[in-house]
Amino acid sequence: MAEVANFKAIGTRPIRPDGVEKVTGRANFGADLNLPDMLHGKVLRSPHAHARIKRIDLTKAQAMEGVYAAISSADFPQEVTSSLSRNILARDKVLYHGHALAAVAARTPRIAEEALARIEVEYEVLPPVLTLDDAMREKATLVSEDLRTNDDENSPPSNIAATQRFERGDVTKGFAEADVIVQEEFRVPSAHQGYIEPHACVATSNPGGRVTVWCTTQGPFEVRSATAGVLNKTVSDIKVIPSEIGGGFGGKTVVYFEPVAVRLSELTGKPVKMVMNREEVFRATGPASATLCKIKVGAKKDGRITAATAWLAYEAGAFPGSPVGPGCMSVFAPYDIDNFLVEGYDVLVNKPKVAAYRAPGAPQSMHAMECAIDELAQKLDMDPIDLRLKNAAKEGTIAPYGPKFPPIGLVECLEAAKRHPNYVNKTSEEVGRGVAVGFWFNIGMQSSAEVNIAEDGAVSIMEGSPDIGGSRASMCLMAAETLGVPYETINAHVGDTESTGFCNLTGGSRTTFATGLAVVKACEDVIAQCKARAAMTWELDVEQVDWRDGQAVPKPGVNIDVEPLSLADIAKTMSRTGGPLLGRASLNAQGAGACFSVNWTDVTIDRETGKVDVKAFTAIQDAGRAIHPAYVEGQMQGGAVQGLGWALNEEYIYNENGVVENASFLDYRVPVASDMPMIDCEIIEVPNPSHPYGVRGVGETPIVAPLAATSNAVRDLLGFRINDLPLSPPNVLAAIDAAD
Amino acid sequence: MSNFGYVAPSTVEETLAVLQRATDQGQRTQILAGGTDVIVQFRSLDSSHRLFVDIKSLKETNDVRIENEHIFVGAAIPSGVLNENAELKALFPGLLEAADLIGSTQIQGRASIGGNLCNSSPAGDTIPALIVNSALCVIATSEGTRTVPSEKFVTGVGRNCLAAHEFLLGFQIPRPSAGTGDAYLRFIPRTEMDIAVAGAAVSLSLNHEGICERARVSIGAVAPTPLLVSSAAEALVGTTADEDALQQAAQACSDAAQPITDKRGTVEYRRKVVGVLCRRAGAIAKDRALSNRN
Repeated sequence: MAEVANFKAIGTRPIRPDGVEKVTGRANFGADLNLPDMLHGKVLRSPHAHARIKRIDLTKAQAMEGVYAAISSADFPQEVTSSLSRNILARDKVLYHGHALAAVAARTPRIAEEALARIEVEYEVLPPVLTLDDAMREKATLVSEDLRTNDDENSPPSNIAATQRFERGDVTKGFAEADVIVQEEFRVPSAHQGYIEPHACVATSNPGGRVTVWCTTQGPFEVRSATAGVLNKTVSDIKVIPSEIGGGFGGKTVVYFEPVAVRLSELTGKPVKMVMNREEVFRATGPASATLCKIKVGAKKDGRITAATAWLAYEAGAFPGSPVGPGCMSVFAPYDIDNFLVEGYDVLVNKPKVAAYRAPGAPQSMHAMECAIDELAQKLDMDPIDLRLKNAAKEGTIAPYGPKFPPIGLVECLEAAKRHPNYVNKTSEEVGRGVAVGFWFNIGMQSSAEVNIAEDGAVSIMEGSPDIGGSRASMCLMAAETLGVPYETINAHVGDTESTGFCNLTGGSRTTFATGLAVVKACEDVIAQCKARAAMTWELDVEQVDWRDGQAVPKPGVNIDVEPLSLADIAKTMSRTGGPLLGRASLNAQGAGACFSVNWTDVTIDRETGKVDVKAFTAIQDAGRAIHPAYVEGQMQGGAVQGLGWALNEEYIYNENGVVENASFLDYRVPVASDMPMIDCEIIEVPNPSHPYGVRGVGETPIVAPLAATSNAVRDLLGFRINDLPLSPPNVLAAIDAAD
Repeated sequence: MSNFGYVAPSTVEETLAVLQRATDQGQRTQILAGGTDVIVQFRSLDSSHRLFVDIKSLKETNDVRIENEHIFVGAAIPSGVLNENAELKALFPGLLEAADLIGSTQIQGRASIGGNLCNSSPAGDTIPALIVNSALCVIATSEGTRTVPSEKFVTGVGRNCLAAHEFLLGFQIPRPSAGTGDAYLRFIPRTEMDIAVAGAAVSLSLNHEGICERARVSIGAVAPTPLLVSSAAEALVGTTADEDALQQAAQACSDAAQPITDKRGTVEYRRKVVGVLCRRAGAIAKDRALSNRN
């Protein structure tokens, strides 16, 4: 772990290296690439939420002037039967409204759209399964006739794809010891990631079978392996070049039409571009799971929790794979509880397959738990922060999901909240306040980095993590700190799958931690080489040379009278001292530190319209070490606004046929800027011992707490709880009227 | 490639001739002013072939004439421009606030109240405000002009009384008497950039004793067309527009509403909120009326 900080670069707030291109509109995003002789691909989508495909006839589309190819799943390797391949183009059944089932490539987007209208499909319409209750009931209509829970051959077909269970102690005994018990059910609707940039790609193939894909993604290496899987190719057949990315939030970790564009390109011999419109993004990508969470928690009079249970059901959409696992991991993570039981259910419904969304799974289950904790505080007449401090996980606590926590910052965040002026200053009678805790475990995984030194000493970092949150600036700051050179002499580049070493996707809040670790190690590699070059120049042993403040110097006690050699000095003569300076590192990072937060929302409510206004919001979060504090605050503020949107108005509204009725930003209501107060941020730094500068991932935790914090604020003001989200005006007014 | 024609005539006569010719040839026409509705609809809902006839540069559709009896406001004036006209703002604060609610600052550089009316959405924000101000719609026809009361203009969801060879020139609005005030409020779940879940406009005139002598109340987004609610107006006339009277007007609005349940709100919600909005708009209109008594 780094000594207590006397940093030169880390903790400063310089402008990002990619900033000028982005604010001047020169940066290239997914839909910006055009190639000569390029065709345009479009996808035909199901008008039914659940139907058997009896016949697809592509001939009229194929016969159209300007159409070069029209394909269905029959044009893909049939031996590949993965969920991914069936989501990309439906096989026997369409499983949700908007499910892709055919595609065309044509000279222009308009011709492609007209060709879609000429594809004839015969459906046998089936009843859709649209809610957790319907999906989980006995004799439910089956989304997938051959799915068995946990792949158990002995159990009957079911919509429950998988179950999870972990427990500790004896909950019966724990509840018997409790003086107070809270038991509640909470529903959270599906929310979309809402990235501004729709999915887009261009694919081109050459006759030898090699393929290049340009696309907007959080993980070019994952696009490569997914595309190879669907097309039954080897990964080395495919090169993926990531564009700049206009938001992802987890939703750009999966592929939707990249393999289709490749297949269309193979069949036509031309590059094929595919771009979704916003409606397609809403109907066929994302979203986060809708959930039903049942929580029971008991405590002694002094606030000590004696037992807790969680029953968590998550909609997976049409294919298995909801984030119920992380939901189970997170639900009790902030607390040291001796007796608990967590059960999770991954449930199929006729809706789009869910995708990761910022701390996937945690906002829903922790909304339930943090509301229950708030109820407990009410019943015990305790300050909600004191109650949480009484039970807070700390270094040495065994996390509910297994490992023992290394140093974590929950207690520090809670204590900072208690003394924060926004918390101390009592709110007026018209303002309700709610507190909640957020958590995300964070991940490490594989990263690579190269650090090249130019002959003038400038530093060029090559890495593989698409920059969705200012990570290039963070890489440059860590390199500046390690090498001891000015930030302005460093640039960071995100490579493609053939120009940089393997790198897992930008997700799990891993990039600044894991790719950052690789960059630091690659810089240390450069320093080692520089020391060797200086030793050679000075005719010393390398052990006699030190690297201090960006310069090679003889170690104290080495009796030689030489001027220090800077990185630029060494670079200038590198052709004579052994050739180019190139540092490298690759690793599978361990010890991503868990990230905790404390948030509170202050609200007012118009009791005649049910409108909840957020008057103030404060976020306190442990960053381990804030490499670039402005971008840490940006994550905290952005996550808070997404969480507040989910709490207040965001939801998928389905009709009885399983059609989303609000597939546009007009009626899928993310907050607009004027809806939001300034999000006040305080960064806490409890360094992560597994990173040389103490970094913890900070990107996901911020979305978690705002849901319950806002629910708890509404509870505070109304005097009764509305368990389900969103707290939209019609829902809040109906609850007020029902309570009167 | 292009699926539309475009023409920008320079006079009213030329515009009418273009419309007549296209109609005679069976060609679909679409009047274009700011385009903030029609271009979006053309791109996203119905891109069948049509001839766009751009009227936003005509002298008449950009005219503002403030005369003793009447005020004329051109149909194509962007709401951003309208809201910079201090004299209009003093005369019809409610109408101009309604225009100011539509879209964003950027949208308001183009969007006009004429366009808002001709789009004929049940939720058009300026329509109830035009109705309570007794605006007459001035329509250019081959025979000259005809006028239609604003409450009669919209005939259904997205439908209105304009014939294919006609277009809206502007509005003739009676100059408000002393002691008159207007207001418009709408409800949206956000603070801006949204479509009304319910809306209510009130205009009322108070005499020297503070008694309401004239009132008009109109509600939006709670029926296929914006409604003039005479029962709400009757609840105000003869009173001081006190809380009781405003509450009765509110109830009349809730009773008159014929809302639907959709993704933006339920029947119960809209019925209740439209009354709340009427009461609140009435209180603002009353304050304005009191300060306008000279």
